[in-house]
Amino acid sequence: MITLSHYLILGAILFCISMAGIFINRKNIIILLMAIELMLLAVNINFVAFSYYLDDLAGQVFVFFILTVAAAEAAIGLAILVVLFRNKRTINVDNLDSLKG
Amino acid sequence: MAFELIIFYIFSIILVGSALAVITVRNPIYATLFLVLAFFACAGVWLLLEAEFLAITLVLVYVGAVMVLFLFVVMMLDINLAPLKEGFIKFLPIGVAVGVIILVQMAMILGPENFGLEQFASPDRHGSDYSNTKELGRVLYTVYVYPFEIAAVILVVAIIAAITLTLRKRPEVKTQDVAEQVKVRRDDRVRMVKMPSEQKDEVQS
Repeated sequence: MITLSHYLILGAILFCISMAGIFINRKNIIILLMAIELMLLAVNINFVAFSYYLDDLAGQVFVFFILTVAAAEAAIGLAILVVLFRNKRTINVDNLDSLKG
Repeated sequence: MAFELIIFYIFSIILVGSALAVITVRNPIYATLFLVLAFFACAGVWLLLEAEFLAITLVLVYVGAVMVLFLFVVMMLDINLAPLKEGFIKFLPIGVAVGVIILVQMAMILGPENFGLEQFASPDRHGSDYSNTKELGRVLYTVYVYPFEIAAVILVVAIIAAITLTLRKRPEVKTQDVAEQVKVRRDDRVRMVKMPSEQKDEVQS
């Protein structure tokens, strides 16, 4: 019998993997964007699991909105990436220091 | 019941394995393809949770649109991969350490003693006449209609932002400007000159 704990731990594993991915791939913006997508997927697994075990559709509606926002974020992020590459000819995070932050 | 558990473990192992591959492979194109595999496996997990509409949406919207966009961008950019992998070994220990620590902490809370079957009993499966899409649509268009419209506005903003960011004027390219063509009036093209009439030379002679 699958318990709620199975799904929550699956989401936690996925979240930790994507966070470790942000740590070890800190030069490559494309992989960073993919890790963020994986994080949102982990959150969505939690929402869907709670929605099923509490028998409440609100969780699935929230997943719907998260998917919308994640799609918008991916589109704008990739557009920024393309503009960045056009101007700097690189996507290395270390070279993106013109704001001197 | 055990069969569901087997399916769950198959999809979960594929999901975790492909997520690990996403963050470790050298080539971004392989990373994108592994991300596609991860989304497929996650759709399988969601089907186990009776979220059929969201599972199909994940495959259609994510794999069909967002991942293809990722692939497009990865393949269009001419990236030098060597400097991007610097520091991979250097940050590997701290990344693994932080990930494992957070995972252990979360697993202590999310274990079966707090979220097991006693606390959250598994609900009965719906019959074959139950439609997840219908129920979701009923909630989405009544209770959540304003958030739904805001989501539509967010998508429009994303479209406009992405187009404006990547649009560029290239002065060396000659193109028709339809707005300029339509805006033209007669005075811009024809100039009326008043002058007295003149006799032809051969008539005079």
